[in-house]
Parts: sequence; structure tokens; C-alpha cells
Amino acid sequence: MDSGDTAWLLTSCALVLLMTPGLAFFYGGMVRSKNVLGMLMKNYIAMGVVTIVWVLVGASLAFSGSTSIGDYSVIGDFGLWGLKDLGLSNELFGMSYPDNVHISFQLMFAIITPALIAGAIAERMKFTAWVAFVALWSILVYSPVAHWVWGGGFIAEQVGAVDFAGGLVVHINAGAAALALVMVLGPRLGFRREVIRPHSLPLTLLGAGLLWFGWFGFNGGSAFAADEFAGNAFLTTQIAAAVAATVWVLAEAFTHGKPTALGFASGAIAGLVAITPAAGFVGPLGSLAIGAAAGLICFWALRLKFMLNFDDSLDVVAVHLVGGIIGALLLGLLAEEAYGGVAGSVEQLGRQALSVVIALTYSFAVSWLLAKALDVTMGLRASEVDERGGLDLALHGEQSYALSE
Amino acid sequence: MKLVIAYIAPFKLDEVRDALKEAGVTGLTAIAAQGFGRQSGHTETYRGAEYEVDMVPKVRIEVLVDDTLAPTVISTIETTARTGSIGDGKIAVLPVEDVIRIRTGERGRDAI
Repeated sequence: MDSGDTAWLLTSCALVLLMTPGLAFFYGGMVRSKNVLGMLMKNYIAMGVVTIVWVLVGASLAFSGSTSIGDYSVIGDFGLWGLKDLGLSNELFGMSYPDNVHISFQLMFAIITPALIAGAIAERMKFTAWVAFVALWSILVYSPVAHWVWGGGFIAEQVGAVDFAGGLVVHINAGAAALALVMVLGPRLGFRREVIRPHSLPLTLLGAGLLWFGWFGFNGGSAFAADEFAGNAFLTTQIAAAVAATVWVLAEAFTHGKPTALGFASGAIAGLVAITPAAGFVGPLGSLAIGAAAGLICFWALRLKFMLNFDDSLDVVAVHLVGGIIGALLLGLLAEEAYGGVAGSVEQLGRQALSVVIALTYSFAVSWLLAKALDVTMGLRASEVDERGGLDLALHGEQSYALSE
Repeated sequence: MKLVIAYIAPFKLDEVRDALKEAGVTGLTAIAAQGFGRQSGHTETYRGAEYEVDMVPKVRIEVLVDDTLAPTVISTIETTARTGSIGDGKIAVLPVEDVIRIRTGERGRDAI
């Protein structure tokens, strides 16, 4: 085992974990002051619940063994339940660092993916229903899709698509689930009729900064070594985020007259999302193109929810689903063999497109069914009175900003 | 005694406070407020969605004064808070029945 690789992967674990609090504040700033803790908790609870689920069965279903339909490996097995035989070696995954580090690193991805969905259901979903959704979604959707792409499953083996750090597994997966959940949940009271404004954009910008920082572990760590490939992923990550943020505020200045702080933060995240599947497969110029495309197309995609009338409250679809698709597809054309061993071609684009359709369809369908089942059994929405009064006090018995001391 | 209530543009608060101190006012209260008047609201844009916001930020200041000082206080606020553009605000003057200083129990003019 290599101590340098181990050190970098442990560092990356902590960086990726920090993204979930970062995401919580990114989202928390965008909701009204009566729903801030409700929003933060929907992210923070993922650190609790998903860790438990991951240890019990999630990691095993994603990364242990293989259960096949014909030649297609569709999920792992229960061989590693409870991480019972994890030990201290690197025999399971054959990395240059211990298996426990690999499982930890993958856990952080499993945590942030359902947390991303929370932006779509802001300000109206019951906390209990959310906890149930996150636990079940992690098992039914996250683990299988992670297996298909990273655990020796059919997307890697038969489809031949690549996903460096989670365009499919994390962003398209979460974005499609967000769309399904919103369709079952319905819009917030007052959507399109009342002014529903972010209560604290400084919090959102702080959250975006933490996300950007953590993303170096997300993408840089996905090289699984402290080497030149990690360095390239690190650099392409920075470039795509910077370009997308800049392009987004320019697009705003041209269309609305003013570049906004929220626009900069949104553009940065869109660029980070889009470079995620591609970070280790493209070079600096490729990441420049992906960042520019993400900035422009995700900015345009914001209008989808108004065109199609679904209250994706904090734009998970426009940023994560659309951004993930941009990166997953463009890497099919822009990948350079010298960087990550995959050459861009029309054939690779086709493989990427097929993988996008599969992940999107599966996540959307299972998430929709899961949301429906939870809605019928326990109810997804907070009561109208609780929603009007704010989820902080109604669901958590706390306030973010109280009048007296 | 009078209670002078003025709704002014927030950026005028420091200037008005200094001018009132100069004029002999010994205390005032300022409250961050929102409201609308003839001044129309403004547009805010969040992720491309434009919202018409008609509640404009204002500061409400309250000054308790003796009858003899009231005209000076009113004219001081009037001249200091004025820019000549829409949104300069309003002043209202209310009669006050009694004033009590809680610490000492003083009443009336002595409590101002």
C-alpha cells in the first residue's frame, strides 16, 4: 500500500463529507427565514441515515460481488453486509490504500447524492417522510446505479460508458429523482403567485464556496491515487467551475441587466457538476468547453420549471440533471486518450448517451414509485398550517432567527 | 409633549440622528421597517425569475419631545431627510398623554 495515496484519499474523504454541510448552507440561504433549519436538517440527516444504511447493506449492494440478469450485472450482493469482513487490508478492491478508506470515500458520495435532492422539495416536505425516502432511495436507487457504473456493473462492462466522479451516479441520478419527487409532492403554496425570495444569499455563497473546495476531493480523489491523474482532475475542476460561473453572470448581465451573486454561485455549481463525469478524461481545453456549455445551458434550463410548471424549488433539475447530462455527453466527444485512456468519438458519445438514458429512466421511475408509496402510507407533505408557519418551528421546534434573545 | 414619528430612507438615518442631537434631542428610537407609498417598488431577479417587490425598506424613527422643542425636531428631520426625490418619507406628530422613566419613576417632561 502507498502512504501518499492513502493520505490523499483520506483527505478527499473529509473534503467530500464537507460538501454536504456546504450544500446545506447553499440551499439554506435560498429558502425563506422560516424554513432554514428544515432545509439544513434535510441535508445533515443524510450524514446520519446514509452512513447507517451504507454500513448495513448499501456498500455491499454497490461494491461487493455481483448479481446478474444474463450477462448484465445489475447489483452487488449481501456478502459485505455490516462491513463485517472489511478488515484492514486492501484485498477487496485492490487499491493502493486500505479497503476501509475506499468504503469511506464511496460513503461520502452516497451521502451527498440524496442530499442534493433536498433542494427540489424545499419548504414543504415532512421530515419523517424525507428520512424514509433517503434511506430507501439509497438502497433502491443509489447502490444499484453505483454498482452499474463503478462496481463492475453493466454500464461499465457492456454499455462501455465512463463516469469519472459521478455525473451519472450522483448528479443525473439525484436530478431525475428530484423531478420525480416534485411531481408527486406538488408545488409550494404560493408558487408563481407570491414572491418567494432567498432569505440570505451570503449563506448561499458561503455554501457554494465550501462545495467548490470540497469538490477538489470529489473529483481529485476519484483518481484513487495522489498522482498526475489526480492533478489533472483537480485542474479541470477549477477551470470548469470558474468558466461556468463567469459565463453565467455574463449571461445574466446580457439578459436581465445585472450580474447576480446567486448567479455566480449557481454557475460555479453547474460547472462543477458538468466536469464531474469528465474531470479525469479531458484536458484543460476540454474543461473550458464543458464549463462554458454548463454556464449557458444550465442558465437557460432554469426556465424549464416555469415552462412545464413544476416547483423544483432550488433548481436541482436545471443544475444537477442538466449539468450532469452536459458533462456525461460532452466527455464522449472531448475525452483525450492521453489524460484518462478514453478517446472522444461519436461511438463513445453514443455509449454515454445510452448510459444517461438508462440512469435517468431508472432513477426517475423508482423514485416516483417510492414517492407515491410514501405519500400513500405516511404522507409526503407537511400540513398547510405548518407550511404557512414555516417548517423550522412546526417540524423541529426551533427557530433560526428569533425576535428575542 | 409630542411623539414625532418619521419614516425616512435608511441611508439618511445617520445624518438625521446627528442633526437631531445637535438640535438638543436627548434620545430616539430607530426601527428597520418595510412599506409602500407613492414610491413604487423595485424588481429583484433570482436565477432569472423576476419578482416585483413593492415593500421598500425604510427606517422609522421615534422621538419623544417637549412641546417647545417639537417644531425644531420636525423641521430638522424635514430638511435633513429631504433629497427631493420620491421616497423621502413622511413625518407624523402625535400628542403624548404621559411619559414615565422606568428607572426613577419620573413623570411627564422630566422623563423625556
